[in-house]
Amino acid sequence: MKIHIKNGRLIDPANGIDRPADVFVAAGKIAAIGQMPDGFHANKVIDAAGCVVCPGLVDLSVRLREPGLEYKATLESEMLAAAAGGVTSLAIPPDTDPPLDEPGLVEMLKFRAKNLPGPRVYPVGALTQKLEGSTLTEMAELTEAGCIAFSHADAPFADTQILLRALDYAATFDYPVWLRPQDAFLARGGVAHDGPVASRLGLPGIPALAETVAIATVLALARESGVRLHLARLSTREGVDMVRAAKQQGIKVSCDVSANHLHLSEMDLTRFDSNLHFLPPARSLRDRDALINGLKDGTIDAICSDHAPVDDDEKQLPFGESSPGASGVELLLPLTLKWAAENQVPLAQALACVTRKPAQILGVANGHLGVGAHADICVFDPEASFTVTPKTLKSLGNNTPFLGLELPGVVKATVIDGHVDYEVY
Amino acid sequence: MPDNLQLTPDGKLKHLLTLDGLPSRILTQILDTAETFMDVGERDVKKVPLLRGKAIFNLFFEPSTRTRTTFDIAAKRLSADVVTLNIAASSQSKGETVLDTVANLTAMHADMFIVRHSQSGAAHFIARHVAPHIAVVNAGDGRHAHPTQGLLDVFTIRRYKGAFHNLRVAIVGDILHSRVARSQIHALTTLGVPEVRVIAPRTLLPTGVEQMGVHVYHDMKAGLKDVDVVIMLRLQNERMKGALLPSAQEYFKLFGLTPEKLALAKPDAIVMHPGPMNRGVEIDSEVADGPQSVILPQVTYGIAVRMAVMSMLMGPTA
Amino acid sequence: MNAPLPDVAGLLDQLAEQIRPAMSPDTALVGIHTGGAWVAEELHKRLQPVLPLGTLDISFYRDDFSRIGLHPEVKPSAIPFVVEDQSILLIDDVLHTGRTVRAAMNELFDYGRPASIKLAVLIDRGGHELPIRPDFCGMALAIEPQQNVQLRRNEQGLLTLTVV
Repeated sequence: MKIHIKNGRLIDPANGIDRPADVFVAAGKIAAIGQMPDGFHANKVIDAAGCVVCPGLVDLSVRLREPGLEYKATLESEMLAAAAGGVTSLAIPPDTDPPLDEPGLVEMLKFRAKNLPGPRVYPVGALTQKLEGSTLTEMAELTEAGCIAFSHADAPFADTQILLRALDYAATFDYPVWLRPQDAFLARGGVAHDGPVASRLGLPGIPALAETVAIATVLALARESGVRLHLARLSTREGVDMVRAAKQQGIKVSCDVSANHLHLSEMDLTRFDSNLHFLPPARSLRDRDALINGLKDGTIDAICSDHAPVDDDEKQLPFGESSPGASGVELLLPLTLKWAAENQVPLAQALACVTRKPAQILGVANGHLGVGAHADICVFDPEASFTVTPKTLKSLGNNTPFLGLELPGVVKATVIDGHVDYEVY
Repeated sequence: MPDNLQLTPDGKLKHLLTLDGLPSRILTQILDTAETFMDVGERDVKKVPLLRGKAIFNLFFEPSTRTRTTFDIAAKRLSADVVTLNIAASSQSKGETVLDTVANLTAMHADMFIVRHSQSGAAHFIARHVAPHIAVVNAGDGRHAHPTQGLLDVFTIRRYKGAFHNLRVAIVGDILHSRVARSQIHALTTLGVPEVRVIAPRTLLPTGVEQMGVHVYHDMKAGLKDVDVVIMLRLQNERMKGALLPSAQEYFKLFGLTPEKLALAKPDAIVMHPGPMNRGVEIDSEVADGPQSVILPQVTYGIAVRMAVMSMLMGPTA
Repeated sequence: MNAPLPDVAGLLDQLAEQIRPAMSPDTALVGIHTGGAWVAEELHKRLQPVLPLGTLDISFYRDDFSRIGLHPEVKPSAIPFVVEDQSILLIDDVLHTGRTVRAAMNELFDYGRPASIKLAVLIDRGGHELPIRPDFCGMALAIEPQQNVQLRRNEQGLLTLTVV
């Protein structure tokens, strides 16, 4: 398959490119940029006039709901949704059912995904068996099976002695550990940000402290163990400050934020809409602004969708009884563009947060369009917009807090491994 | 926080879900209407035919005796047909969802749902999903709201104090878990009470409670000084001893209403309690049964207030 | 519409004189809010019965509630005597369809079982829809179905009739 993407504006943050340039793909790789190679005969031409051509997006948290939770969504539906969102690589958190704590499960998942069209799939292994926080998993075996890091997803990790040992063990083999910082006790029973809005609505709160106490603990443990630490889904201003300080001290730490947290706050909760029930909770406007700025100044490395499709039976419930999580892999690009436009962030810098930088955290060579790189490409029209409705989403989860909103950026084509996996011409 | 769910486009009451954001015009109209129902209970025939033929369903997802009974009486005094479902004990345990229950009762031609649920926002959730002709009354949702209780409390205050603009009101006890307190605070501030105080230890106060327009006190001596109205809240048994409070005894010592503490309030201060009372925990019997207590009149007024709410909801707009 | 409307005070005098022979000392007067209560007040002054005046707000007894909803300015009913075995003179300003009177009688029965009820109205404008006729009537007035007779009271308490 040889593809010629012509007339587009090429933005490749990793290689410092932002100019009109054609892209030539052959044998699954980038064959050339700008000038057509001699003897190149395209089987497929994509006219990207008026569009941006950029590396395919790398999403650090997408739940495909397999194995075990297929009633919420299936591998087929969610991989297609990801491709429709321009996502070409994604990391899967281990909170499947059963969790990704055995090599066989990981192998099966990789095998299933490989035989379906759609993005490259990178499982994140469970840090402890059954995500119970007591017994370590066979990390070496899991790595061999395809896990690129280890995490505890949203499961509580209360015992700090076991956490230290888990970090130590991972550090022994230089396996990265991804943790969503949340103190299990301080967060217990909470469903919304502990602040004036939750107080008014009578929703049990998760204090900002639940995050900062956990970050303080985890950073101290990480420094001790020397583990490669990634903090997932920051949600507080103080959390951003702590990571900034840690980076300045030379601690090996990276972090991400979900696209939801760049746009939503506790103020959006007033109608008890359970689509706004996700973890960590949308916090104060002050926190949201700190996340926006932390991303801008590079303290926060990447934006992820934290895609979590939930079926209607579990979402159509009173707020506190509903399952947390928001569907969003198709909204990662639009929400990133919206953040960039609202905060005067250059397009190339914004796209780096969903391409090159998350690829570095994943530890893979994707996320750029140098000659010889994987041909994972997203072509989108930055001027077009669309309204989010259950119909415009390919995901089986309709549970997004952005329903009814008009968002910028329409993906026109997604190329994965040199194949056109999604196209709307 | 305005919630348009409970008002029609022309500003009439459609559902009663919370007092938060309801204009004082509506609150006053409810109180005035309740006033007209006051004598119905004293007639030979204790009912009026206003809601004859209307089907009102009490949906109690959480057990309750008192509130359910007063809604029951109120509906019957309006000649409505009342069906009470203790869903906590029936279909929910068989796996039927809230929406299934609501759809089933709608098919039985319900006109109004009185909803109590342990989850904050449950009444909003149901109101958002019912057929347009059905009115929803929140009879208590989680920690969020108990609007008819808040209304009957301000109705009581108006009956004893006449007006709101010159009052100091203290609410004492477990504000954190109290939907009653939240509804009282919204009603009092909306009706123009210039000073609403809450008195509680920090463990029983919600984060940012000041932003609801109240003054925070941790000490009964300072908090009760010169108040016109003292509202005591019920302390749930399971919260008397544990991480929120060390013991019921210490709580009574610090925050229980005794004649000595009540003496700090104005001499004509009234004492209220939403019931049921824990005598010797939040209130001394001498106060509960004393001349300043209006706790029993509150119960009587509760019926008139609920009649007013139901009759205002069941009109042509519903 | 063009017929000159009579002076209300004169009508009240005439109505009182009609009623007086039928009054026993213990007859109770009950006016229907709002116009009927004004008329009842005036008749109470003229007839000087022993019992205090009663008033009814029939908002809770209307048969058109489900069409028009609750009147936003509903007033309390006040019956300051025992209805059981009482002779009652029910008073309204204008008799039209008869539905208001029906509702008022229903409400009265919820206070007790009266010995008798008689009806006095200032104006009978026709258009009856129920078998209800006044026992005492200030005057009968033939007007078009789409017209309405209204009793009004100004700040000095002066009553006037208008056709609209």
